[in-house]
Order: sequence, then structure tokens, then C-alpha cells
Amino acid sequence: MSRTENFQLQAQQLTCIRDDRVLFSELSFELNAGQVVLLEGKNGSGKTSLLRILCGFREPDEGALFWCGETLNNSQYNADMAYVGHLDGVKKELTVLENLKVSLALGQAGRYTIEEALVRVNLANYDDVLVQALSAGQKRRLSLARLLITENKIWILDEPFTSIDKQGIVLIETLMTEHCAQGGMIVLTSHHDIELPSVTVQRINLS
Amino acid sequence: MSLSNAFFAIIKRDLVLALRRRSEIANPLLFFVLVITLFPLGIGAQPHLLQAIAPGIIWVSALLAAMLSLDSLFRSDFDDGSLEQILLSAHPTSLLVLAKIVAHWLVTGLPLLIVAPLLAVFLGMPTHSLGILLLTLLLGTPVLSLIGAIGVALTVGLRRGGMILSLLVLPLYVPVLIFASNAVEIANTGLPVTAQINILISILVMAVVLAPWPTAAALKMSLN
Repeated sequence: MSRTENFQLQAQQLTCIRDDRVLFSELSFELNAGQVVLLEGKNGSGKTSLLRILCGFREPDEGALFWCGETLNNSQYNADMAYVGHLDGVKKELTVLENLKVSLALGQAGRYTIEEALVRVNLANYDDVLVQALSAGQKRRLSLARLLITENKIWILDEPFTSIDKQGIVLIETLMTEHCAQGGMIVLTSHHDIELPSVTVQRINLS
Repeated sequence: MSLSNAFFAIIKRDLVLALRRRSEIANPLLFFVLVITLFPLGIGAQPHLLQAIAPGIIWVSALLAAMLSLDSLFRSDFDDGSLEQILLSAHPTSLLVLAKIVAHWLVTGLPLLIVAPLLAVFLGMPTHSLGILLLTLLLGTPVLSLIGAIGVALTVGLRRGGMILSLLVLPLYVPVLIFASNAVEIANTGLPVTAQINILISILVMAVVLAPWPTAAALKMSLN
């Protein structure tokens, strides 16, 4: 990557209205390299809606988003962003390896090769297993492996700890710390308390 | 990774998926064969009548078989979140969508082409017009997939989009049906059919160029 500018995501005065209910209004924040934003709030408070706005799936009802000082230019922002949502985004009839190969083809090769990424998320030797044979937690870790094999700056994670065991939580926290140490940034929602001692975590409470 | 890489990765993925869920290939094909084999039984021993309506039977069945297969185009990707990942790719969505449509045609359209000559002979169509029948199917069925993709993309977010889908898509299928079955009919009598074939070619070219954009836009709307 030739771009050396400082990566920054800016949200200005975001408002989201759903079915005549104002979920949040005039929400502004700034996310710089190496930082994490943790969205908190009760169910239905608009956490996922905010993440989907940050992904570009939804337009904010008011306000604007800026990536590196420019309004979201889709192809550039999409190349820098990776999203793991409620749905794992993996095909259950394909093997672990086939799934990751498709993700790799859709993005740009990143820090880890597919084999290295599978080792990192404790799925080594699962490469020829059909995804439908994996447990829910393993599927979750597979979709997180996608973040490692592609080149991206900002991770947008919707409840990454769902159905993940204790070691898995520690593992994901390690991966997140590493990502931030390398200048990446993360926006996530989580009901678990995250422990990222060396990282600046901004907490935004939506309720 | 380059765009062509992503394009072929999607096609390959969808073909592998289709091989692992064989009913997706078998259903429309079985429907096509069943409808056409039932016609002679229903009409009875009237070979001339059958021969006269054979182009229409084959094309209407192909059209309905294509409709039947449409829902599988984006459904599973929508349900498991793969569609979100495809839309978030830095590559142009319209081209990735085109890759999905190509794969869908290879899985549901191409098999019709392979069995059609057999069924045409079964309906008593003269052998000299089989070539034209195949040509119209080759040009027409991709159009059905391309136009259908727009409709599916619009309705994939609805729980029961099936009815709306047929209402949306069928009127747009009519030109293909008219020109294609007319070409085969004329070919049966031995007259030249260049005009109809040219029109089908232009419909196909237009659909390839124009259909992926609204499909991509509609998918974005459906995900919202």
C-alpha cells in the first residue's frame, strides 16, 4: 500500500430513525489508528443499525461519515474495511478452505496466508471439513479468520464473542490487540466486557 | 487480487455449491422434461397439431423452468450473510453479480439446451430446425437469467416474494418468448430467420450490459 496518510473514521451528527423511532441522534465520534470503539446499549438500541451504517449498507438519516477526511468513497472504503456481522457469511456446503479462498479472491491478500490464519484461530487441520460439520463457535472463528487473510484497516464486528468459549475470547482479544498495534482500528458491539489493556477504548452508550 | 480472479472465484464457488446441492440443477430440468412429455399425452394422437405447437411448448416450458429456478439465485447467499460480504468487496458489485448470474445460467439454463433437441424430436419437430431451436435457447435463456436476477434481487428480502417475482418478471420475458418461438416456427417452414435471431442477439447484448446494474442496486436495497 502506497498510502501513508493517517487513517481516520469520523462520524458527524449521525441520526438513525427506524419505524418512526429515533434510535440515536446527533452521534459524533472519531476513530484513529490503533483505537477501538465499543458500542454499548440494551437490545434494540441501534447498535447493529449503527454498524450497518458504518458498513455502508444503510444511509444515516442525518449526518455524514468521513474516511480519511473524505466522504465514504465506496470502493476505497470497502477495500479498507472488513465486516463480521450476525450472520457468519460462510457457505455451509463448502469446506473451510474453499470459503476462505473465496473471501481472499474478493479482497486483497493480507498479513496472513490461509494456513497461518487457520492456525491463529485454532482451526488448523480443519481445512477440508465442510462448514456444516463445524460447531457454532468454530464457524464464528472461521469468519474471524477472514479478517486475518485480507488486507484491511478497520474491522467492524457485530457481537464477535457470540458462542465463543473462554479461550476463544482471549484469542480474539489478542488478535484485536495485535490489529490495533499495527495501526488498525475496530468498531464492535459486545455484551461481554472486553479487556484490551494496551489499547484506547472509547465506549459509546446508545441507550 | 484482480477483478477477473474474483469473477471466476464466484463462478467456481457457485458451481461447486450447485454440485453439492444437486436438486438445484435437477428441479428445473425435471420440470422442463415433465411438462414437455405430458403435452403429447394430453393432446392425443394428433401429430400435426403437436408439431405445429412444438416451438411454443418448448419455449413456454423453458421460460417456466427458468422462473422456477430464479429464487435460488440469491436466496442462500442472502440467508447466510455471504451476500453482505460480496457487496462489501472493493470490486464492482455489478460484475460480481454478473458472475453469479453466469454461474446460475450454467447450472439451470445450459442443461435445458442439452435435453431440448431430444424433446423436440419427441414432439415431431423437423430435424432441420433443431439448430435454430438450439440457437434461440442459447441466446434466450441467458436473457431469462439476467432479467430474472433483477426481479429476484428486488424480492429476496421479502419473506413471500414468489408471487410478486412472477408478476415483475413475466412481462419482461414476453419479448424473448415471442421472437424465439416465432423463429423456430418460421424455421420449421424453411424460411430464413435472420431477423428474429438478430433481435434475440440484441436483446441478449442489452441484457448483459444493462441488467447487472439494477440487480446490484436492488440487492443493496434488499440488504438495507
